[in-house]
Amino acid sequence: MTFKSLILAAGMAALAAGAQAEGIKVGMITTLSGGGAGLGIDVRDGFMLAVKQSGRSDIDVVIEDDQRKPDIAVQLADKMIQSEKVDVMTGIIWSNLAMAVVPATVAQGKFYLSPNAGPSALAGKGCHPNYFNVAWQNDNLHEAAGAYANTAGYKNSFILAPNYPAGQDALTGYKRMFEGELAGELFTKLGQTDYAAEIAQIRASGADSVFFFLPGGMGISFLKQYADSGVDIPVVGPAFSFDQGILQAVGDAAMGVVNTSQWNKDIDNPTNAAFVESFQAEYGRLPSLYASQGFDTANLLISALNVASPSDADAFRAALKAADFDSTRGDFAFGSNNHPVQDIYAREVIKEGDVFTNKIIGVALEDHADVYAAECNM
Amino acid sequence: MSTILIIEQVLNGLQFGVMLFLMAAGLTLIFGVMGLINLAHGSLYMIGAFAAAAVAGLTGSFLLALIAAMAAAAMAGVLIETVVIRRLYATDHLDQVLATFALILIFSEGTRWVFGSFPLFLDIPDALSGPVSLPGGIEYPFYRLVLIGVGLVVAIGLGLLINRTRIGIQIRAGENDREMIAALGVDISRLYTLVFALGAALAGLAGALVGAIQSVQVGMGEPVLILAFVVIVIGGIGSIKGAFIGALLVGLTDTLGGIFLPELFKLFTDAATATSAGSALASMAIYILMGAILIWRPTGLFGARA
Amino acid sequence: MIPERMVNGAVLAGLLVVPLWAMVANEPFTITLATRAVIFALAAVGLNIALGLGGLVSLGHAVFFGLGGYAMGILAHHAQTYTPLMEWPFLIEGTKSMPVIWLVAMVTSALAALVIGLLSLRTTGVYFIMITLAFGQMFYYFAISWAKYGGEDGLSIYVRNGFPGLNTLVPIQFYGLCFGILCLVLVLNAALARSPFGLALNASRQMPTRVETVGLDPMRLKLVAFVISGTITGLAGALFADLNRFVSPTMFSWQMSGEIMIFVILGGVARLFGPVVGAVVFVALEHFLGGLSDYWHIYLGLLLLLIVLFARGGIVGLLSGRERTHD
Repeated sequence: MTFKSLILAAGMAALAAGAQAEGIKVGMITTLSGGGAGLGIDVRDGFMLAVKQSGRSDIDVVIEDDQRKPDIAVQLADKMIQSEKVDVMTGIIWSNLAMAVVPATVAQGKFYLSPNAGPSALAGKGCHPNYFNVAWQNDNLHEAAGAYANTAGYKNSFILAPNYPAGQDALTGYKRMFEGELAGELFTKLGQTDYAAEIAQIRASGADSVFFFLPGGMGISFLKQYADSGVDIPVVGPAFSFDQGILQAVGDAAMGVVNTSQWNKDIDNPTNAAFVESFQAEYGRLPSLYASQGFDTANLLISALNVASPSDADAFRAALKAADFDSTRGDFAFGSNNHPVQDIYAREVIKEGDVFTNKIIGVALEDHADVYAAECNM
Repeated sequence: MSTILIIEQVLNGLQFGVMLFLMAAGLTLIFGVMGLINLAHGSLYMIGAFAAAAVAGLTGSFLLALIAAMAAAAMAGVLIETVVIRRLYATDHLDQVLATFALILIFSEGTRWVFGSFPLFLDIPDALSGPVSLPGGIEYPFYRLVLIGVGLVVAIGLGLLINRTRIGIQIRAGENDREMIAALGVDISRLYTLVFALGAALAGLAGALVGAIQSVQVGMGEPVLILAFVVIVIGGIGSIKGAFIGALLVGLTDTLGGIFLPELFKLFTDAATATSAGSALASMAIYILMGAILIWRPTGLFGARA
Repeated sequence: MIPERMVNGAVLAGLLVVPLWAMVANEPFTITLATRAVIFALAAVGLNIALGLGGLVSLGHAVFFGLGGYAMGILAHHAQTYTPLMEWPFLIEGTKSMPVIWLVAMVTSALAALVIGLLSLRTTGVYFIMITLAFGQMFYYFAISWAKYGGEDGLSIYVRNGFPGLNTLVPIQFYGLCFGILCLVLVLNAALARSPFGLALNASRQMPTRVETVGLDPMRLKLVAFVISGTITGLAGALFADLNRFVSPTMFSWQMSGEIMIFVILGGVARLFGPVVGAVVFVALEHFLGGLSDYWHIYLGLLLLLIVLFARGGIVGLLSGRERTHD
């Protein structure tokens, strides 16, 4: 009897709370401690900046640190859904964590907005009406690198990436667009820090260009060693080794390198200009592409909230799909599989005063969608 | 595959090996003399790299950065030796594992708290950058040759220190019978602190030297730590000579395995499978090497026979 | 000082009462946390048989934890995609049934433990620690590059596997299952420690030569202990994968081996309930400290350090005085 009345009381309280607040609860699981924390912090800061600028006090964001461990991320997702009772989830940086969390989350009727990871499984057969990717499908930037290599007139590329799924996807993505020959193809160890052996092979291969996908610290190591080796074959890569957070650590070794990104701070539109300025004012540093993705994710969410509440799932889903918000990237639309259709730019690393940053030098791919959309039935 | 490429890869393996030796030497001394498993040795490597990056950023001098790296790591070493580690000599390995694991957590997050979450910048000094031409038409980065040189000098220096000096005799005596040398009037706790500081300084030096060509970031010490453990176990715990041979073996196996295994697999299967299967086997190669050596000689190549 | 038996009783009571309270108070996440703690405890109880009874300091128990996890992941993956696991020489289908998965997990882990044990037991001391670590790294790098089963991304299972008569999707029912297994294994562990085998094993840890002179083979005793130990940790791995509905190479990582070992040391080596206390305390610390600040690892490190320096014999030792139950 007492148990029953307790449950009843708890239920009433929950109902009352639900009726009181019309706003929504957002669960953000991201990486805030350990080696990969820089990316998560940027996504969080970009997201919270947009929430703050919207002036809405009814958006309650619960932020948790996944330590880049899949099992912790799953546990936090359970917590968000079971005890925090969030309506929308977001924040995950890494593809392997996204694969662990997203399918179960959307299967339980929650919405998930991805601010960074875009594994192919979730874009193709595993797509879901409640899953929206606001960043890119994993292959996109690599495909753009391949397209750029064609326009730059490269005929013979040496390509390398770490031996794990995202690395294998990267090489596949580059090869999908690149029309030239391959001088060599290498898989490195995940987390490898010394690339002397690979650079020696590049030197010996007779390639006219190098494509590499080595995110984070791996890219820093590679670029520094490459610059010091005296090999002067031009390098292209996706933005992940050239974002604002790590460029300063690479230094001169990155100067002039061409990389591909869906965003840069000099994209000319009022939203982006305001974003770059206000981010700098708020946090005292230049925003990275991760910060722009966090910012866009929050603005997409807010635009949908203005139309419908997550409790009305169909209307809310349609509002998300409309993508009726001002993106820092200018044009932004969702394809049939809820992944972005967007321009991807080629950028070059430059120095502004003492700070290394990127400058857009051209469009690598226009209104680009991903190839997995065809496999998606929903 | 040309001879030039093979020679270049052997040089790369040597360079990797001597850097591992700087880490492994301290670890094996600390283990041999004090019987202590120090998981936090990788944190000292990281402290060296961060101190070097900070000082190089302030002064622009690479030499000062190296000195700062050794000093900072040695000071951190003395600090943890006197505050924490000293209480663990008498306990079993398990308590040491837990305590030094706790130190890793404190150092890693403490460093992030001080320096932030983004990697730091540390570059090769201009005088050492760029490639040089070796006989036979090989272009090789000068800095890596310097690293090989520094590693060899430290190895010879350590060998002399252990075999020819009074301190060295005390250290060797400490490995064999610590009660006896205490009875002979050697201040054993000072000796321990000294050995610990020496090991820490070497780790700090390695961190700074390697940090200049890699990424200076939180958590950079742990992968190296695991490799250094592999090295000292292959070489035999407590043996500087063993650590040196072990380091070269691991360096060469890791570097050459990554190149030749995929090529070898290409003889049997198509290119894509060969690349990925070869790389997979290459990343396991040093552990297979270590397992095989231990099964053959259960106390390592130069370890004391049980 | 509180008698160790009372400490144990209190722990058991806590593991019973807290999840039930959480069910009544509608706090399913507390149950999830408790399930996590119980599964970690089971893995650590497994390690404690090698470590506490046999004196085998294995830094490679993540091998068995991961094998258990992948047994679940691979079988359920094939069942979920309706593809056979193997068609030749005979057909093997995937399955979503927990008992079958557990059996496969335990057999695989036992075989792996047998091979690793045979090779590793030639060494002692630190060399043993390191060779077990090496095996762990081999499995870790293999799993990362094993593209067929997801590589580093791992494998996701959409619905938790089933157990006859239970709805495992209900948190408290899955918790009950895990808790029941833990209790069963603890009973077996206690019986094992008191059995002639346990006594001989204990003796061979302390005085190998004497054991040999009475005609027992210490090597064989240790090997059996290592296999039992690996089997239990493998079972825990299968449960852990089911709790998360996900398996990835991090289950094979050396940090995982380290964590399992820390549960044992934290609670108290060779004490029946040591691993249980260690796992529960660790999970609770992780949960509560994580909310304090971004830099919570510093506090966790300091706490662990204080425990090592001032609570020899782990938390159970601190509470119940010095003597060990199994010595």
